[in-house]
Amino acid sequence: MDITFYFPPLADYVATFPMLVLAVAALLCVVVDIFYNDAKGVAILAGASLLVTLLFEAARLSLPPAKALYGMVYVGGTASLVNMTILFSGFLTVLIAQPYLKRLGRNYGEVYALLLVAVVGMMALGSAANLLTLFAGLETMSVCLYILTALVREKDGAIESALKYFLLGAFSTGFLLYGIALIYGATGTMDLSDFADRLASTNAGVMFWGGTALLLVGFFFKVSAVPFHMWTPDVYQGAPTPISGFMATASKTSAFAAMVLVLGRALPSAQWQTTVAIVALLSMVIGNFVALAQSNVKRMLAYSSIAHAGYVLTGIASATPEGYAGALYYLLVYTVMNVGAFGVLAYLEHDNRQGDTQTVDSLAGTGQRYPLLGVVMAVCLFSLLGFPPLAGFFGKVYVFGPAVKSGLAWLAVAGVLTSAVSAAYYLRVLYVMWMKPSPDDAVAPQFEGVPPLAAVALAGCAAFLLLLTFTPWVMDAAVAFFRDVPAAIVSLP
Amino acid sequence: MLASFIPLFLQILMAAGLAYTLLIAAKKLGPKRPNAVKTMAYESGMDPVGTARDRYSVKFYLVAMIFIVFDVEVVFLYPWAVTFREFLTRSPQLGLFVLGVVGVFLAVLTLGLVYDIKKGGLEF
Amino acid sequence: MSHATALQLILLLPLSGAVVNGILPLFVPALRRQERLVGIVGTGVVAAAFAVALSLFLGYHGEPITHSFYRWMTAGDFAVDFAYRADQLSLLMTLIITGVGTLIHLYSTAYMHGDEGFWRFFAYLNLFIFAMLNLVLGNNLLVLFLGWEGVGLASYLLIGFWYAERKNSAAATKAFVVNRVGDFAFLVAMFLTFKYVGSLDFDAILGFARSATEVPAWVPWAVLLMFIGATGKSAQIPLFVWLPDAMAGPTPVSALIHAATMVTSGLYLLARMSPLVLMSPNVMLVIGVIGALTALMAATIALTQYDIKKVLAYSTVSQLGFMFMAAGSGAFYVAIFHVMTHAFFKACLFLGSGSVIHAMHGVEHDLYPHHDHDDAHGHDAHDDHSHAEPLYPLPYAGVFDAQDMRTMGGLGKYMPQTNLTFLLATAAIAGIPLFSGFFSKDEILFRAFEHGFNGHAYGYFVWIIGIVTALLTAFYMTRAYVLTFRGTERWPKPTEVKPHESPWQMTLPLWVLAVLSVVGGFIGLPHILIHKDSWLMRWLVGEHGVPVADSITNGVGVQAAAHGAEHGAAHAAHVPDAITWGLLLLGAAIAIGGVLWAWRVYSTHGLAFDVRLRDRWGAIYRRASEKWNWDEFYERTVHQPLLWFAEQLAIFDREVIDGAGVNGVAAGAGWWASFFRRLQTGYVQTYALAIVLGVVLVIALMLLV
Repeated sequence: MDITFYFPPLADYVATFPMLVLAVAALLCVVVDIFYNDAKGVAILAGASLLVTLLFEAARLSLPPAKALYGMVYVGGTASLVNMTILFSGFLTVLIAQPYLKRLGRNYGEVYALLLVAVVGMMALGSAANLLTLFAGLETMSVCLYILTALVREKDGAIESALKYFLLGAFSTGFLLYGIALIYGATGTMDLSDFADRLASTNAGVMFWGGTALLLVGFFFKVSAVPFHMWTPDVYQGAPTPISGFMATASKTSAFAAMVLVLGRALPSAQWQTTVAIVALLSMVIGNFVALAQSNVKRMLAYSSIAHAGYVLTGIASATPEGYAGALYYLLVYTVMNVGAFGVLAYLEHDNRQGDTQTVDSLAGTGQRYPLLGVVMAVCLFSLLGFPPLAGFFGKVYVFGPAVKSGLAWLAVAGVLTSAVSAAYYLRVLYVMWMKPSPDDAVAPQFEGVPPLAAVALAGCAAFLLLLTFTPWVMDAAVAFFRDVPAAIVSLP
Repeated sequence: MLASFIPLFLQILMAAGLAYTLLIAAKKLGPKRPNAVKTMAYESGMDPVGTARDRYSVKFYLVAMIFIVFDVEVVFLYPWAVTFREFLTRSPQLGLFVLGVVGVFLAVLTLGLVYDIKKGGLEF
Repeated sequence: MSHATALQLILLLPLSGAVVNGILPLFVPALRRQERLVGIVGTGVVAAAFAVALSLFLGYHGEPITHSFYRWMTAGDFAVDFAYRADQLSLLMTLIITGVGTLIHLYSTAYMHGDEGFWRFFAYLNLFIFAMLNLVLGNNLLVLFLGWEGVGLASYLLIGFWYAERKNSAAATKAFVVNRVGDFAFLVAMFLTFKYVGSLDFDAILGFARSATEVPAWVPWAVLLMFIGATGKSAQIPLFVWLPDAMAGPTPVSALIHAATMVTSGLYLLARMSPLVLMSPNVMLVIGVIGALTALMAATIALTQYDIKKVLAYSTVSQLGFMFMAAGSGAFYVAIFHVMTHAFFKACLFLGSGSVIHAMHGVEHDLYPHHDHDDAHGHDAHDDHSHAEPLYPLPYAGVFDAQDMRTMGGLGKYMPQTNLTFLLATAAIAGIPLFSGFFSKDEILFRAFEHGFNGHAYGYFVWIIGIVTALLTAFYMTRAYVLTFRGTERWPKPTEVKPHESPWQMTLPLWVLAVLSVVGGFIGLPHILIHKDSWLMRWLVGEHGVPVADSITNGVGVQAAAHGAEHGAAHAAHVPDAITWGLLLLGAAIAIGGVLWAWRVYSTHGLAFDVRLRDRWGAIYRRASEKWNWDEFYERTVHQPLLWFAEQLAIFDREVIDGAGVNGVAAGAGWWASFFRRLQTGYVQTYALAIVLGVVLVIALMLLV
């Protein structure tokens, strides 16, 4: 074998630049933290590195998709889109979490190091071209998230939820790993792009599909699809609120992206279409209806995120490039909406005696008192609800439309109906925030307002959602871009 | 086909038989002078009887975990060392590169160790 | 000023008012107290929009003014612009909206004086005007829908304006939810239209309808779905139940949104889509019959109510029913005619009732100066006890309620201007000859009759119901007037405590509207009187049924499709002049008779006559006073099953999914509690069990299905 094979060319370093930068930044975070004990500096370092990589990925957005690093990861094109979504979520989370954790007295440097490592894992997962990359990414991400969940150790339920998350996560990873083993056994390769050829030349169909089923189980767990969703409310409730927002968005985005990469290669798609469609249906129905019955806002958002997983799965179930593109678009919008909503909740905790055990009723009057938070929440929730001119509406159009075209009209109808149900619980929050007067016995809030950077991040979320709708050229650009995405997915090397 | 497994079955039988024989032999032949400590179940040095809610110092677990982490990572160096020789014989540059790779690995590991020490993870 | 600029101004002025009044005070609390400033801005922008609309109207040359601001969205071959259109129909609606809107804004500056949400109120009102203008000025169905949803939102915000009271916010939610049902139908109608026409632009849709040579099968369905949408917004059977409850909002809101403008948007939709509607005679039958039944039912309810605003609310439902009768007979321009006259007299009546309530609150305040009732929000806050037995010993002995006609009586002496304007508007709605309501209502009845004459038998049915309802209308409106303004004073200590007339900001709009309700009918004089088509018909229908088609001009059903404007008229038979005169006189007689009858009995017997009515009509009266039990019906058939379903799912999640629900179940049910407590020993297992079941499910689906 040619020895130059062992030397990665410079192009590989460029291709994996974002991951490298973030990994180094994570190590630097640890160094700065232990030698200077400067949590603020660590936060700045983390934020800056995320911003740099975000811009870098944005610049690669229009490149044709390619493989790099011995064919282990994809770069450019849709991989850049997924990475951007993840990085965007990470960046906003750093902005929002820093002042929040500081207030809680938990602003450890490790938080940012873990966050960065988690982001690296997510990027590996979301742009994996090989089952090994996929697995390594998944585990890197998961382990960091387990720790972040238990960040506020003394809080009721924090340790408990982290332990639950860890145990169940390990459990489902077992299935996933077994799935990988079966797939390898059936095809003799870990390379996603070789599946189709190998499958045609062997007749290990059952083994391959069994392996894919187990792989799907692992993904379903990560995206909290029903019936693998039970950890979600507990974990989102136990974790610090901005971290919940991060988990709800970035980790789902990467798992969904990996799912698209795997399922796009698992042909014929008729084999898995029904499965994904049924899980999507279950997620939408159970997520939305159970969210109705929640009084705790974070739990409600957790169930809502289960429902949204169902919407994304609807797009994937269509098994067409358009459906995959719709799912990716939905994830981008969903990320912004949810980071915004969780971010607002995080700051409302400072206002309220109930802290993060907030019930819906405890939000009474907060919209009047903090107009910024109220307006951002209104935009995010209306968008989550899929209110017509907002970005969330178009997201739903882009996932339900391809499903209808693929003959899954029943699923799209179920999606529309259940999202109508979701109006009830989203609007209830807004109603309480804006319409109900503050209780008379409210203690003077010990809350000096939202810190400027976090305010910018939250306002940015709302602005982003409005921007897509009300500025024709952004809309046009987005439409043009997402028209090309299906072609890019098909042409993945 | 099945015939090729016969040696395997024989070996399993022999292993089981030997274990059984040894246990029986020890029971029959050995002197028996039991006392309280000797008849206790073996639990790696821990007292097996008593409340299960005893609290141990968290340091105990901490050190154990750190040990396992570094132990496993050091074990990784063995296969590396074996292949390193092979790389070295192919070309010195390649050897240097592979040395650099493991250097990065060890550097990250060392950073972890430094982190542990700085955070007081090794202080009892 | 170019036409595009004018359109822009009409739309953006109210929007800027909403932004200035809504956003600035949110961040600058000091502005919230600047009532004068807020009032001037709020009223000024609407008045300015009215002026611009008037200039467009006066300079209108017959060609629709369209303007597209920008491309809103594209998806495949689906493209929608933010495009607006000013033609005869939308200009007329715009004038009504901004004109009546200006008056009501002015009125509100006095009515809402001192309310802590004064700024919010004006922001919402301006927002409403903006949304309503989107609805009538939009040049495609989606912009119309945007306005349609926008007015729903504004209506929700304004009904629940005094949200501190649970009842009000419940009413707001009810209005919103009921409207969503209709909106869903409308949305599906839009999908259908797009699927078959390929565009949502009015020009494309109406061009399709006018050039079709046969009736495609989807058209009746789309029209039916649009009508269902209209029953939500325009409060018809079966979706009218929200409108009476919507009276929980401040009275100016009732006048503007729930009488004059928003509730007529269903009619606007049908008029706009009139060529499509004419192609579907079966759906027209449904529209006409539903309209007639709604009109009759609401009129019977109005007869039994004591809350002055409830009477007016049911009267609105009833009058909207009249408008649908016209639409069901293919006389869309007549429906719009009634929309306009109704806007005048019903707004006047509502504002008059607001003035009365204002005065009665003064009385309440004088009576119980130290009784610091939790009426922090001024008017309209009251308990709903209209079901109570009618008590009529003097003074009224029930709980004092500023909206209850049983506590009023004899107010005419104290409030001469309110009295006179209310009387004029009552005459108009009752249909006394020469008042505006006479002409519009009579034209509706005539066109229903004519429709029957032309071979659509349900026209006669609609006509008969219409005649009966007209009689009831004259009767119950006179009852309301007499009970409020005539007779003896029924509030406690009438000799000591006297109500006062309202300030000029409130009486000026009353006078303007009263004058309009008197003369407003002259733009639509019947053919038989002036021997030519009325101005309104020439304006809206013209020679060829553009922009509003008509069953006489364009024909119905296949005729409408096959021949279009040129030959439609040939198929319509002419009602003989003698019959036309007879119908006109019958209408006049019914109105005058109804008014005189009610005037006599209620002047003589006062409230006691209600008891007589009740004894005489027993079961029917009781059912009518219970609003024909629609609410209970929905409660049983829709609300409770839904709640039950949600609860089942919640229980399932709490107890099964949430791993043996920690506390909820323990507190809840004995056996289940102990059962689940045993399950709960370590509930990660339960979760893991679910995962295992999921794995089985996924593998089974993948490999077996």
